[in-house]
Amino acid sequence: MHIPDGYLSPSTCVAMFAASTPFWYVASARIKKTLSMRMVPLLSVFAAFSFIIMMFNLPLPGGTTGHATGAALAAIVLGPWAAVISVSIALIIQAVFFGDGGILAIGANCFTIAIVGVFVAHYANRIVAGNSAVDSSRRVIAAGIAGYLSINAAAFATAVLFGIQPMYFTDSNGAPLYAPYPLDIAVPAMMIGHIGIAGFAELIVTAGVIAYLQKNDISLLSIAQTGVPAGAHAAVASGWQGARRMWLVIATLLVMTPLGLIAAGTAWGEWGAEELVELDGGQTITAAPTGLLQYAAIWQAPVPDYAVSFISSEQLGYILSGVMGVGLIILTMLVSTYIAARITRRNEQSNP
Amino acid sequence: MGGEAHHGKRRGNFIQRTIDALSETLERSLYAEQLAEGSGLLQRLDPRVKLLAMLGFLTCSAASRNLTVVAGIALVALLLAILSRIPFRSLSPVWIGMLVFSGLIAGPAIFLTPGPTLATIPWLGWQVSSYGVRSAALLILRSEVSITFSVLLVMTTPWIHVMKAMRVVGVPTTVVVILGMTYRYIFLMLQSASDMFEARQSRVIGKLSDTDARRLASATVGVLLSKSFQLSNDVYMAMLSRGFRGEVYTLDEFRLGSNDIVAIPLILIIIASGIWYGLI
Repeated sequence: MHIPDGYLSPSTCVAMFAASTPFWYVASARIKKTLSMRMVPLLSVFAAFSFIIMMFNLPLPGGTTGHATGAALAAIVLGPWAAVISVSIALIIQAVFFGDGGILAIGANCFTIAIVGVFVAHYANRIVAGNSAVDSSRRVIAAGIAGYLSINAAAFATAVLFGIQPMYFTDSNGAPLYAPYPLDIAVPAMMIGHIGIAGFAELIVTAGVIAYLQKNDISLLSIAQTGVPAGAHAAVASGWQGARRMWLVIATLLVMTPLGLIAAGTAWGEWGAEELVELDGGQTITAAPTGLLQYAAIWQAPVPDYAVSFISSEQLGYILSGVMGVGLIILTMLVSTYIAARITRRNEQSNP
Repeated sequence: MGGEAHHGKRRGNFIQRTIDALSETLERSLYAEQLAEGSGLLQRLDPRVKLLAMLGFLTCSAASRNLTVVAGIALVALLLAILSRIPFRSLSPVWIGMLVFSGLIAGPAIFLTPGPTLATIPWLGWQVSSYGVRSAALLILRSEVSITFSVLLVMTTPWIHVMKAMRVVGVPTTVVVILGMTYRYIFLMLQSASDMFEARQSRVIGKLSDTDARRLASATVGVLLSKSFQLSNDVYMAMLSRGFRGEVYTLDEFRLGSNDIVAIPLILIIIASGIWYGLI
């Protein structure tokens, strides 16, 4: 979902702008260096394209409808850095001209959808697709998985942003000033809707379009690999190397986050499941992202009363390990690409 | 706003629904352009002043811990809408949409937020917490304030000026140019997507199965993607033919007028007092 204004504190909004800036900077520097002029119309056109496909309401199994964000598709077709820019542009236009997502929250929306969503899609696609041929069905499966994971990662990041609001931003009485639900409600409420419904919209569109392009316009699928339009290759292939230092900083920060969260997260047990259990049923919320309470109730209903504090801290544990996990994955990738690069270099030196 | 998934109100016809969504967007933007040429209060101000004022008001409403201050800013927005002759019917759907969206999210907080009990719902026994009511009211009011200001900006300023004004807040020129091009392509693509769906609609008898609808959507997106690349190549050629060398220039014709000179101190006073009262 696009975060409207009022859900995040001004300081969170500023922090999210700050978090997005290095990505925008690297992306534009990369594009400037390698693709220069041709990229201007390409990015605009792709931004417009991702704007439009967000309007396609497709019917999903189970009788609901959903729409895709196109972030995964952009990541696969354009490569991650160009995708960061074009999806961000689409999000800015949505916020400013169509009221979809808040103005102050633009940084947060760009971070969750255009950065987290795009990079998760890019790496998921690369890992699953491996070295398979461009027209293989493995590529279609990879695209579907990338789409599904991409939107769920974006939703998870959004839910964490919502969930930390009541931890840090309350008035003198302790009443929440922004998004009111703590992590143990915000995360499951958001994730059930996305794992169950919205993820499939992204999966269908991403896999469907890749399959379509394999049959009808395969040249588009090599933009990210072979450099059509001219020059695109360099931007994508060197995506990892140039930004390695930035990734290192981010990974270290992620691995360190639990320290800060644990220190501040003591007021947590107050939020109980009892109140929630009373609320199950009776709710007629149907829309997935807005169905917070309904899903929260489903999540909490089987939990016995005495387990409240235990469940809360277990939730916190999941999130902390998730955040740390992401940091560790990035660190592992940094180390393994470094080693791989050294091995290749050595091989090249020994058999010239 | 804008969830990724929802139960369609007009279920049964996926093509029609998408055509409706596409043409609604087209109409709304054309209508906004029309209003932007009107002669209200905001229409007479410099776009840069409007953009900065909007950001100021939004920051003020976001930073305020005081419900009355947020309500005051909502009143300012309302007053500006009236003075700028923005018809009520163009704002009311936006307000209702946001109310439903934020209301559904904020509603449960009334019962879930720990705090002193304000009332108890008979039979159900749910306790309404006064902190919960305040949190929900803040959330809803803030999101309404934000959407109202962004609608006001777009409905009183031609889009090309909005984008140019973005440079005052540090958006790089290249991004402004890409934004401008994107906005134009959106309309072109809305049109071609709409045409594709209408062409298909006119060839369908009865109800399209969900599987076919999904296949149709993927094919349309695919064709749109191919067309996008063609378009970007054509545009690039056109730009080259006009001597484009990778540098972008925009005409800077904004100049502060007498209206702006009067408006700027007023806006500053409102924002400063809003922030002052909002934080105490």
